[in-house]
Amino acid sequence: MFRFIVRRLLQLIPTLFGLSILLFIWLRRLPGGPETAILGERGTPEMRAAIRRNLGLDEPILIQYGRFIRRMIRLDLGTSISTKREVTTEFLQRFPGTVELTITAMVIAVGIGIPLGYLAARRRGRFLDHASVGGSLIGICIPVFFLAYILKAIFSENLGWFPSSGRQDPTIGATRITNFFVLDGLMTREWDAAADALMHLVLPALALASIPLAIIVRITRASVLEVLNEDFVRTAEAKGLTENVVRRRHVLRNAMLPVVTSIGLLTGGLLSGAVLTETVFAFSGIGAFLADSINQRDYPVLMGFIMIIAVVYVLVNLIVDLSYSLIDPRVRVR
Amino acid sequence: MTTIGGKKREKIDRLAELAARDEERGVSLWQDAFRRLRRNPAAIIGAVILTIFVLVALIGPFLVPYGPTDTMGIREGLIKPGVIPGSSSEHWFGYDHQGRDVFSRMIVGARQTLLVGVVATLIGLAVGVLIGGVAGAAAGLGGRWGRWVDSTLMRFIDMLLALPSLLLAVSIAALLGPSLTTVMIAVGMVSVPVFARLLRGSMIAQSNSDYVLAATSLGVRKSKIAVAHVLPNSLAPVIVQATLTLATAIIEAAALSFLGLGNPDSATPEWGVMLADAQQYLGIRPELAIYPAVAIIITALGFTLLGESMREALDPKLRK
Repeated sequence: MFRFIVRRLLQLIPTLFGLSILLFIWLRRLPGGPETAILGERGTPEMRAAIRRNLGLDEPILIQYGRFIRRMIRLDLGTSISTKREVTTEFLQRFPGTVELTITAMVIAVGIGIPLGYLAARRRGRFLDHASVGGSLIGICIPVFFLAYILKAIFSENLGWFPSSGRQDPTIGATRITNFFVLDGLMTREWDAAADALMHLVLPALALASIPLAIIVRITRASVLEVLNEDFVRTAEAKGLTENVVRRRHVLRNAMLPVVTSIGLLTGGLLSGAVLTETVFAFSGIGAFLADSINQRDYPVLMGFIMIIAVVYVLVNLIVDLSYSLIDPRVRVR
Repeated sequence: MTTIGGKKREKIDRLAELAARDEERGVSLWQDAFRRLRRNPAAIIGAVILTIFVLVALIGPFLVPYGPTDTMGIREGLIKPGVIPGSSSEHWFGYDHQGRDVFSRMIVGARQTLLVGVVATLIGLAVGVLIGGVAGAAAGLGGRWGRWVDSTLMRFIDMLLALPSLLLAVSIAALLGPSLTTVMIAVGMVSVPVFARLLRGSMIAQSNSDYVLAATSLGVRKSKIAVAHVLPNSLAPVIVQATLTLATAIIEAAALSFLGLGNPDSATPEWGVMLADAQQYLGIRPELAIYPAVAIIITALGFTLLGESMREALDPKLRK
């Protein structure tokens, strides 16, 4: 187990190294540079050159890359060109929002998806089965930003149940500790702040949960159906175990393996891909900031953010792989 | 009527019956899959949706009542700030914000939407099959050197997976400028890792089959085994995935248009662009968003239904 973790973490190093080279070359190939973003079309060539020199962009690319790697080893990601703040600070301010959104969305998706998929499999061919399979098909096919707009129009603008944008009502004046707004509210016992942040999460998380929910329902259903036909389920029933025990200990547990894999992949995807939802709900996570950074050619932010996201992605999948051995003792990690 | 000759005839009939059944048992994987596909109502619904969609895309543009770029509503003074006329007997779906006939734009847009979906999928398929095919052949047949090639290629795919897909798209747009081509390339590139991983896994599984062992022992060259034997047998899941990718490609293209990376020139209507444009007029005419959105959902549903049914039909585990 320990050796497995160490090996996986060591494998991360060449992947990150390759990714950084790829990113570095690719970003520098984008037409225009930060100087164009800062000056617009008006700047004179001298002004452009001055900015490039200031940012160290006039040096050969190998030297720039070497400097980046030296800083990276000290976990220093540099300063944002557009906001003039440390990339790490920017990240720590925005990433908690995305994490809160992702976790809420995944709690919704898993909390509804696994029971629904399981019930659909048990009642195969009946109404609930058809309804959940049909519903999940539509969930996959509906564009997320369109769903986000519909939710916003119905539950925020018409019914007024939930706030329509942002992460928290600024007039509450909540204390910030971790930038996880819900957690902050709980830690400082500012219950109204926590509740308000939670209310702001509901609609974006629902929109974001649509695709994971649909996928989890389908995978759970398929997986349970497969396990129900296994010999060991018949044996368990034949030896007189109650239906409840067979379901919990034999069917559900064995059916969870593919579900957990997909949960891991989906979580990784959501952490990096909530741009659309964050845009519709003006939710300040990393998504919209990253898209802006591309337009600004903010190289340090792009390099830093993408490298951290890659690490997070790999770690999430490592946790998933580790959880296999908890669910299924036949899988031993080596 | 039981005579000796009759018994003989019965015997021959039974033999013929058995022979016929043998022939039936000998149908190929694809024939068998197609037969089961025809019996699946979901597949039929999907196929009907797609047939209508393709027909509209191919023939529709010749039959539309108005030009899709004709801003007649503005000419006739019907479009004022905050006023967009709704549906009427002449204009079934009403006008859009520039006074163009929405029904005509929807029909012509079908062609663009189909084009975006198909080209994007083909790009993803081509690159993905190339990478996945080389990796799968190298891992399955290539020995130690092959495993090295495989793991290098797969690390590259891992990097692509770790990159946020929309970010990839945004930066391709920065490189090429917002256009339909950008959307197609960006959406295609995002699907590359999926195709590559699928084909690689499928080829490695096939490499352990007996027919590969047989071909190897007959002295067939490894490159020939990979291309002529393993690859064709491994393509089924990739083809199924391509059908499913057509659905996501259309949805993702709409998302890119929404972010302003699509075709900035609204002269060629495309459902994603229409949906994105309509977001600004949700308060006045929500239908303007609903028409293209419903069209996208139904089309994506068609591809998904057909793809899922194909996956079921080709899955040997579900065969009875």
